[in-house]
Amino acid sequence: MDLKAPMGSEGMINKSFPPPIVGQFFRLITSLILTFIGLTAITFIIGRVMPADPVLAIVGDRASREVYDAMYIQLGLDKPLIQQYLIYISNVVQGDFGKSIMTARDVLDDLIRFFPATLELATIATLMGVLIGIPMGVGAAVYQGQWFDHLVRVIGLFGYSVPIFWLGMVALLIFYGWLDVLPGPGRIEVFYDGLVDPVTGVILIDSAMQEEWEVFWNAVDHLILPSSILATYALAYIARMTRSFMLDQLNQEYVLTARVKGLGESSVIWGHAFRNVLVQLITIIGLTYASLLEGSVLTETIFSWPGIGQYITTSLFNADMNAVIGGTVVVGICFVGINVLSDGLYKLADPRAR
Amino acid sequence: MLMRPFSPRNILSKYQYWLTIETPQSVWHARFQRVYIAWLGFSSNPIAMTGLYIIVSLLLLAMCAPLITSGDGTAQELHNRLLPPSVNHWLGTDELGRDIFDRIVWGSQITLYIVILVAIIVLPIGLLIGTVAGYVGGWVDIVLMRLTDIFLAFPRLILALAFVAALGPGLDNAVLAIALTAWSPFARIARAETLTIRNSEHILAARVQGASTTRILLHHITPLCLSSVIVRLTLDMAGIILTAAALGFLGLGAQPPMPEWGAMISSGRQYLLDQWWVPTIPGIAILIVSMGFNLLGDGLRDVLDPRSGEG
Repeated sequence: MDLKAPMGSEGMINKSFPPPIVGQFFRLITSLILTFIGLTAITFIIGRVMPADPVLAIVGDRASREVYDAMYIQLGLDKPLIQQYLIYISNVVQGDFGKSIMTARDVLDDLIRFFPATLELATIATLMGVLIGIPMGVGAAVYQGQWFDHLVRVIGLFGYSVPIFWLGMVALLIFYGWLDVLPGPGRIEVFYDGLVDPVTGVILIDSAMQEEWEVFWNAVDHLILPSSILATYALAYIARMTRSFMLDQLNQEYVLTARVKGLGESSVIWGHAFRNVLVQLITIIGLTYASLLEGSVLTETIFSWPGIGQYITTSLFNADMNAVIGGTVVVGICFVGINVLSDGLYKLADPRAR
Repeated sequence: MLMRPFSPRNILSKYQYWLTIETPQSVWHARFQRVYIAWLGFSSNPIAMTGLYIIVSLLLLAMCAPLITSGDGTAQELHNRLLPPSVNHWLGTDELGRDIFDRIVWGSQITLYIVILVAIIVLPIGLLIGTVAGYVGGWVDIVLMRLTDIFLAFPRLILALAFVAALGPGLDNAVLAIALTAWSPFARIARAETLTIRNSEHILAARVQGASTTRILLHHITPLCLSSVIVRLTLDMAGIILTAAALGFLGLGAQPPMPEWGAMISSGRQYLLDQWWVPTIPGIAILIVSMGFNLLGDGLRDVLDPRSGEG
């Protein structure tokens, strides 16, 4: 994407050394590390400190004293809390979340298996939100106060207020139950299962690479409902932010100048105003993507989508604490990482924000 | 003013005169006037008023629950299972023959309980951290704001899930989990407000008179932070309701016999294709209430906090 900020940092004369961009970069790294420490501290507290008895949760209440004590030592609960936390952090950094009770595999392996499905869903949903939300927001800003603006406002309000799991159910009821134009829950029809070898784990990419077009289109059919449902929030948020950013720009004098010079309306809007909004929008899109990765928990439950959200919730009901904490940490790291990165990128790319 | 014959209109205009006179006689007089002027702005905003009507109806519904329902919403009539909406059962009955309308009405109390409890926990924490960070400054500010930033960057729903998983499912634990993940924006806002008023003259005057830091924070800074914090709280209420309903839907919030709206959707989910009204109606209730809070918050922001409006 062509990102020409009005005053690129490379064009500025740096009087100080090191240039401010280096300081900004270090600040970004520090905040990433600090947030990571905070996240792991909290998941550590949730996993090890808050449950009444983590040992009992693993060995069960019929275990003998010896088994109990052995597990107590194995979990390292005899060590001081801070040391336990350090061990926990070093495990997390090495990707060791322990074994899942439910699947009897390493939690990390499970997460790697389930993650592509979530990624697929969230990516498609974000794309939909961007492709529909941005034109909607720009249109609302251009036609401020007219019927299109009001329509966008109502759609935005709906997207913010609707319980997403309910919307998913209603969509299933209408398009699967009543109209029968779209397939029901699941990622793919059962008889296509196993036709495509998982390479990346993203069915759309795998089936396209192996030229199994029937599988591909079936997967697309299955994606339509869950990704549109997930995209509702993204759409509302992106449209609303685009609208307010665009209004800021359209009220500025350079837009007036461009109009006075006789530039066409589309050139003024897309060539001038929208260009200045781009950097801010990238941050917003990053934030949306992160929140969709997290928000897919509910959509996955409704659509039986075998992603990380469903993995976390099913683990929850089986009291599989290792899996829950592992999933939380991984989603949390993605979320925090995208959050902090998009915030930092914004500051790097836009000199006005420093 | 001329004495005119008694009429309601006359009284109204007399109060209006009292409320708009330019020289208030006492502190309370001035406060009434301020509220009245804010109300004039608020009531001329149709969006805000719609939100207010929705929230007031929710309050009325919750208060009048014993009057407009026939039971407490848990009475089972197994011979009347899964009935469609009718004269006897306005919104039909669920899988145990319980009247859905009754359950929605009683569920409004649970929604209010969640909302109020979260507000009671979140407001003092956010205000305390924010005002202290902003007023004291220095390393206290750095530490507190780092902590706030960490919480701001967290995935809320997943974290609430993990909290509830550790504490055990239940309404109170769900509220606690939501509160633990929801306080950070308020600390941010309170700090920003504190920074703008910290060096103003009335704070200086209080300090010169020997007021302690606690007193300044409580009596001089917190009241000025309240309006923007309340605006944000109202806007966040929708999110809080949605998270609580989501936890209930996943079976981690309010437990089965309780008529919590999210849990009602969850238990009615298996009847979606044949008795669609059972799981969909509670969702409409959630949608209306969270929309009400969003509208009210937008309106309050326009009235109380016009600077942060987003055009």
